[in-house]
Amino acid sequence: MAAPEDPVKVVPVRHYGQWAGTVVALVLVAMLVNTLFSKVPSGQFVCHVLNGAKRCHETSEWRFSWNIVFHYFTTSEVLHGLVLTILLTVIAMAAGITIGVGLAVMRLSSNRLLSMTAWCYTWFFRGTPVLVQLFFWEFISILYKHIRIGIPFTHVWFLHLNPVTLFTPFVAAAIALGLNEGAYMSEIARSGLISVDEGQSEAAMSLGMTRAQTMRLVVLPQAMRVIMPPTGNEVISMLKTTSLASTIGVIELFGATNNISANNYEIVPLLLVASLWYLIVTTVLSIGQFYLERRFARGALRTPPPTPLQRMRRDVRGVLSKFRTRRGVAGATS
Amino acid sequence: MVEARGVHKSYAGVEVLKGVDLTVVRGEVTCLIGPSGSGKSTLLRCINHLEKHDAGELRVDGDLVGYELRGNKLYERNDKQICAERAQIGMVFQRFNLFQHLTVLDNVTVGQVKVKGIDPERARAKARELLARVGLDAKERHYPSQLSGGQQQRVAIARALAMEPKLMLFDEPTSALDPELVGEVLDVMRDLAASGMTMIVVTHEMGFAREVANTVYFLDGGVIEESGAPADVLGAPKSERLRGFLSKVL
Repeated sequence: MAAPEDPVKVVPVRHYGQWAGTVVALVLVAMLVNTLFSKVPSGQFVCHVLNGAKRCHETSEWRFSWNIVFHYFTTSEVLHGLVLTILLTVIAMAAGITIGVGLAVMRLSSNRLLSMTAWCYTWFFRGTPVLVQLFFWEFISILYKHIRIGIPFTHVWFLHLNPVTLFTPFVAAAIALGLNEGAYMSEIARSGLISVDEGQSEAAMSLGMTRAQTMRLVVLPQAMRVIMPPTGNEVISMLKTTSLASTIGVIELFGATNNISANNYEIVPLLLVASLWYLIVTTVLSIGQFYLERRFARGALRTPPPTPLQRMRRDVRGVLSKFRTRRGVAGATS
Repeated sequence: MVEARGVHKSYAGVEVLKGVDLTVVRGEVTCLIGPSGSGKSTLLRCINHLEKHDAGELRVDGDLVGYELRGNKLYERNDKQICAERAQIGMVFQRFNLFQHLTVLDNVTVGQVKVKGIDPERARAKARELLARVGLDAKERHYPSQLSGGQQQRVAIARALAMEPKLMLFDEPTSALDPELVGEVLDVMRDLAASGMTMIVVTHEMGFAREVANTVYFLDGGVIEESGAPADVLGAPKSERLRGFLSKVL
């Protein structure tokens, strides 16, 4: 038995595998950074005369042409494309979520016709490629020369629209992506709705709430906790799927950078411009998702998870206190 | 207050209630006892139309539950009418079923505001008053998951009372509680009974039934096997089945 004034030294377990893994990871990261910011001979020579002798040397340039990336990064064409990308994402997701929740409620309805309709919708839109659907909506004006809104099977029309002017590439893309997303969102919303305990809606109904109130005030808010993470996934996925809209002539981010590189042949730098912007927006969305999830977890967890800022503060405090106690122990033994 | 005559209910071909007769007098406490699967909870859920009974007559306050008699035809009531009926009947569940995403105060407020259209400020004042009555006024900002089972059940009682029901249904309110928490819930129910609330309580707490109930019904196999004053039913059981049941639970 050790005396209290002579504390036993605790030797933590050494994780040699972890150390080796860390070293390998660090080397790989270093190699990646090195190649990203490496320079290569440009094939161009700069000559100057020094003391009567002409000296030439080959200049070097960034392997990844960062100077060109930087140059195009904030041109108005790219920024305009970025705005369209974000707009298309927002519209398609808003439509997708609305359709999805509606379909999920229909799917769970006791009415067989409603649930079958919802099932067929999901079956069709998940079963065909989104690129095909994009082209379909782009060429819808071939199928329909007139779009009239009125009473079905009569000749009473309230509104008469020309599909050629109505279905601009942007509108066609928004419809196609929104309808397609609805199919995926319906499955996500359904999983959320069935995750809420039946007792919750029974309690709501026993208070005299209508079915709609029960859904809106009790079931959906709790389903959101389950719906949020995969929906965040869908938003990020949609952000990048909008690049497909460039194939039907929407000059969004990818379309804009493509147009530029078609003129100046700087294909890789402009792909990097697009990629960096997609990364930046995805980062912002991920941060937003974290805080939204935290909000909808209210009541579900006794203690909500700390925000990254709180965690950082706690880690710093932890390291500091560890440092202090270690010094304290050392002081006691000396 | 509640009149049941020959109430039948089947689930997927299995008959759970086989013609139940029951009379609940205003201001009295009625306890339903019986083995699990005897149809006690189903009967309770039929009274506020969470379940539809298949046959028989079920009246609350003279009105048929879920139907309206006009001429010689029974018209099924629409959703809105059923909701209005339910709003006047409070229900407390075995598993509390508090709204997990709302604070204690919001749980007691939401029904008043959204169903009865009471001004939120007044609803909150009433909620605080009721929470004080069940001894939980200090917990109004907590979420249900932060409360013990007994506390949650007391909030659930306050939530039901906030609707100013004319009848309270309790579906095994203490069965999901740790033994030491049963007492606090029964105390609240005892106070409520003393205040003159009409209550129907499905319970396994024979002590509570004996002390508080005016009438005890013993259900077995979907029929009322025995009924009467608690002293008679629990003290001097006539049927063999009730004697067997009581020997197991007491």
